[in-house]
Amino acid sequence: MSDEHIISIRGVSKEFGGVKAVNDVTLEIRRGEFFSLLGPSGCGKTTLLRMLAGFEAPTRGEIFIDEQAMSAIPPHQRPVNMVFQSYAIFPHLDVRGNIAFGMRKSGLAKSEINARVEEMLEMIKLPGYAGRGATQLSGGERQRVALARALIKQPKVLLLDEPLGALDKKLREQMQLELRALQKSVGITFVFVTHDQEEALTMSDRVAVMSKGQVLQVEGPMGLYEQPTTRFVADFIGTMNFFEGTVRDAGDGTTNIDAESLGEVRAETKDAAFGAGSEIVVAIRPEKLRLTFEAPDDSVNVVQGRMGPAAYLGDRSHLYVYLTGRDEPVVVAMQNAGRSAVGIDQADQPVWLSWDEEAIVLLPGE
Amino acid sequence: MSASWTQKRDRFGGLGVYTVIYLAFIYGPVLVLPVFSFNDSIYVAFPLKGFTLQWYEEMINNPRMLDALMNSLKVGGTVAVLSTILGTLAAKAVTRYRMPGRGPVVGFIMLPLVIPEIIMGIALLVMASTGGIPLSLLTIGVGHMLLCVPFSMVVMISRLEGFDKSLEEAGLDLGENPWCVFWRVTFPLALPGLIASLMLTFTISFDEFILAFFLAGTDVTLPVFIWSQLRFPQKLPGVLALGATILTVTFIMITFAEWFRQRGDQLRKASYREQ
Amino acid sequence: MVERAEAAPARLEAPRLGLIDRIRAAAMRHEPIRGYALLSPTMVWTLVTLAVPLAILVTLSFWTQNYLDFDRTFSLNNYIVYFEEPIYLKLLLKSVKISGAVTLATVLLAYPAAYFIAFKVKKNKLMWLILITVPFWTSYLLRVFAWKVVLGYNGVINSGLITLGVIDAPLEFILYNPTAVVITLAHAWAAFAILPIYVSLEKIDRSLLEAAADLGEGPVMSFLRVTLPLSMPGVTASSLLVFIPTTGDYVTPNLVGGPTGIMIGNIIASLFGKANNWPLGAATAVMSMFFITLVVCAFLWFTKQVRERVA
Repeated sequence: MSDEHIISIRGVSKEFGGVKAVNDVTLEIRRGEFFSLLGPSGCGKTTLLRMLAGFEAPTRGEIFIDEQAMSAIPPHQRPVNMVFQSYAIFPHLDVRGNIAFGMRKSGLAKSEINARVEEMLEMIKLPGYAGRGATQLSGGERQRVALARALIKQPKVLLLDEPLGALDKKLREQMQLELRALQKSVGITFVFVTHDQEEALTMSDRVAVMSKGQVLQVEGPMGLYEQPTTRFVADFIGTMNFFEGTVRDAGDGTTNIDAESLGEVRAETKDAAFGAGSEIVVAIRPEKLRLTFEAPDDSVNVVQGRMGPAAYLGDRSHLYVYLTGRDEPVVVAMQNAGRSAVGIDQADQPVWLSWDEEAIVLLPGE
Repeated sequence: MSASWTQKRDRFGGLGVYTVIYLAFIYGPVLVLPVFSFNDSIYVAFPLKGFTLQWYEEMINNPRMLDALMNSLKVGGTVAVLSTILGTLAAKAVTRYRMPGRGPVVGFIMLPLVIPEIIMGIALLVMASTGGIPLSLLTIGVGHMLLCVPFSMVVMISRLEGFDKSLEEAGLDLGENPWCVFWRVTFPLALPGLIASLMLTFTISFDEFILAFFLAGTDVTLPVFIWSQLRFPQKLPGVLALGATILTVTFIMITFAEWFRQRGDQLRKASYREQ
Repeated sequence: MVERAEAAPARLEAPRLGLIDRIRAAAMRHEPIRGYALLSPTMVWTLVTLAVPLAILVTLSFWTQNYLDFDRTFSLNNYIVYFEEPIYLKLLLKSVKISGAVTLATVLLAYPAAYFIAFKVKKNKLMWLILITVPFWTSYLLRVFAWKVVLGYNGVINSGLITLGVIDAPLEFILYNPTAVVITLAHAWAAFAILPIYVSLEKIDRSLLEAAADLGEGPVMSFLRVTLPLSMPGVTASSLLVFIPTTGDYVTPNLVGGPTGIMIGNIIASLFGKANNWPLGAATAVMSMFFITLVVCAFLWFTKQVRERVA
C-alpha cells in the first residue's frame, strides 16, 4: 500500500497566530498521479503545498514523502521541486542559468548539463532560448522556464502553485492540456493548487476540495461532479440547484423525500443512506432536468413551474424556471441542438420539469 | 505650439520658481567654499582678488592634514563595511521573517537617529573612561557605527522590501543550502543596494564631527583637524581649499550611489511577474 | 467509479529524531527564532554601544566630581544644581525655542518645494530630489563654516553689499546671535527635511483629489481638506527628525552663535571639557533628553488632537 502512495499527510495542522490555516488534514497522494488541491482563496491549499515544499512547518502532524519523514528536513534537501505562483525567475541570470541553477550540485560535467538544458528547452517548446535574458521573457515563457527549471532535477514530486493564473484564457487552456500531456509523458507526481474548478477537473486524476483549512472530499473529477458529499462541494463545482427536504421513507434502493417546491421526489439510494424523518438537501444538476411545455406522464419526480428569463450561451441555454413557494429560480441547462435557441421568448409560460431517480444527489442537511 | 508652452509654464509656475530659489538657497553658501578657495587673498570677502592655486598646494603639503585624511579614510572604510554588514543582516531579518516584538526592536536599533549626537558622544566617552578603554580611532569607529548602522538598515530595508521572497525560496527548493542561496541569488540582486549603503555610510563617517571630537585620542579625523584650524585666520583659505575638495568628492560619490540605487530598482522591478 | 479517501497505512510512524534534528525541526517550526537569530548581531551591538553607555551615563549623573575622579556615593546633588542654577533651565528653554524656530522654518520652507516635486513634476522627479538632497550628505561642519564666512564682519554678505555700495559699514547684527543660529540650522536641515514630506505627499492617492474636485471643492479647499491632513505623517516625521537633534546641537551655536546664541549642547560639552564636571554634565544631558521627550510627546498629542478635530 505504501508503494502506491508517494505522499502521506497525517493529521497536519498549521496555525498562524491563533488562526488555523490548515486544520487536521489527512491525505494520501499516489505515485504518478496528477493531484489537485482545489478551493476558494484562504482555504489553506497554498499553505498545505508550502508545507510539502518545506517552507512552512506543520504546527501538528507529520508529512511523509516516499516513506521518509520530512519534519527535520529543510526545503533544499527535499526530493520535491516547486513552480511558484510568481514564477520566481532569477532576473540576473539568462534562461540557461535559470534552468541549470539547481544542477550545480549534481556532479555532472558542464557539457552534460548544457545538453540537458537543451533537452528541457525542446520539451517546453522554447528551443534556442538558452542565451536569452530572463527579463526579456513574456509571462507564458517565464512559466515554462520555471517548469523546466524544476523538472530538470527529476524530482519525485512536482508542486505547482496556481501557475496558470496570470495567463489569458486561450493560453491558459492550451497550457492546461500541455501540462497534462507533459505529466503523463514524464510520469512524475504533480500536486497542483488552483481555485479554478474547471481547471482542476480538466487536468486531474483526483481532486481534493478544501474549505477553511479542511479537506472536504477527495475524488476523481467525475466523482466530485456527480457525487459531491457536502453542500459546499456540490456548490463549488459547477452549478447546482438545492432544495430542502425531509425523508419520508427509505428502503429497497430508493428513498422518498418531501422536497420544498418540488413535491414528491424519489431518489436512487447511493452510499449515504438517510433514515426516515432526516432533514436533507436534494440537489440536481441543471443539465439533468428535462423541461417540457406539456405535462409528462409520471407522478413522481415532476413539478410544474413558470418560465422565467433565459440566458443564451451559444452552444446551450440556461433557462430559469420559477416554482411556487420558492423565490430563487431553478436553473435548467439545455443544448441548442437545433438552429434556434431553446426557451427564448417563452417567459411566463407554464412548463414542467422532470428528472430521473439516478440524477438526484442527496446531501446532509445543515 | 503655444498651448503646450503655456501648459509647461503653468505646471512649473510659482511653485517651480519657489523650488528653484529653494535650491539656490541650499547651494548658495556652500558654493562660497570653492569660489574663495581659488581667491588670492586670505580674507574671505568681496571683491575677488585673483585666481590662485596656492591654497591647494598648501593643503597638499600639510603632513598633519594628510595624516588626518588617512585616518578618516581608515575609519570611514572600516565603518562602512561593518555597518553595512550589520545593517543588511538586520534588514534581511526584518523583511523576511515574521517576528513578534519586531517593532520595538527595530525602533531601538534606529534610536541613534533621533538622539542628539552630543549625548551619544558623551555617553560613549563615559563608558570608555569608566571601562578603562583609551580613546583612539577605534572609539571613533564605534561611535560612527552607532550612527551608520541605522542608515544602512534603512537603505537595505527599502532595497529588500520589494524583493520577491519566492526568489530565495526557489533557490532553496532547487537544492542550494541557505548560504549558497545568499551568494547566488540574494547577493547579486542586493549588490547595487549594498554599494549604495557602503558609499552612504562611508560619507557619513568621513564627514562626521561631533562624535569624532569627543572620542578622539591622539589621532584625529579630518573634520576634527579642520576644527582645530578654524582658530587661525591665515589658515583659513587652506581650510576652504580642503573643504571645497571634500565637498566635490562627496558630491560625486553620492550621485554615483544614487545611480547605483537606480539600477538596483530596475533589476528588482524586472523580477516581478508581468500581467 | 467513485472512490473514497483511504485510511492511512499503519506502517508509517512518527520518526524518533536525534537532538540536532529536533533543534532543526524546532527552528523550522518557529520562524521568529530564525528571524531573531539573524537580527541578533545588530541587536547585541546596539545594546552594547547604546544602551549600556546610556545606562552608565544615567548612573554617572548620580555621582559627584572629585577632581580627577568620581565620588560614587549616590547623590541627587547634580539634579538639585540643575534646577537651582538658573542658567541650565534658561539655556534649555532657549535651546528648545531655537530648535522650535528652526523646525518651523525648515518645515514651512520645505513643504512647498516637496509639493512641487510630488505634484507638479512629471518626469525626472528623482533628479530634483537628488539635486536637493545631495548637499545634505556633505560635511555639516563645512556648511556651518560656510555660513560663518558668509555672515561675518568681513564676510561675503558684508563685503558684497559694501562693494555694491548698498551700505557703508558692515552689518553687525547678522552674526553671533540666535538669529544667525536659526538661519544656519534651517539651511543645514533644508535639504533633508524635504524628504519625509515628499514621501507622504507622493503616497496620496490622486483619485482622492479628483473626487474632492468632483464634489465641488476648489484647489485651495482641496488642499486644506485632503492633501494637508494626509501629508501630516510626513510633516510630523520631518519635524521630529529636525527638532530632536537640533536641540542638542553644538557646532552651530559655537561657530555662529556668539555669547548670546549658545545652546544646551555647548554647556554639556564644556562640562565634559574645560569645566570638568562630568557628573553634572551627565545630569544635564539626562534632563535635556527628558525634556525633549516631553516636548515631543506634547507635540504628538497636539497633532493627534488636531487630527481628530478635523476628522
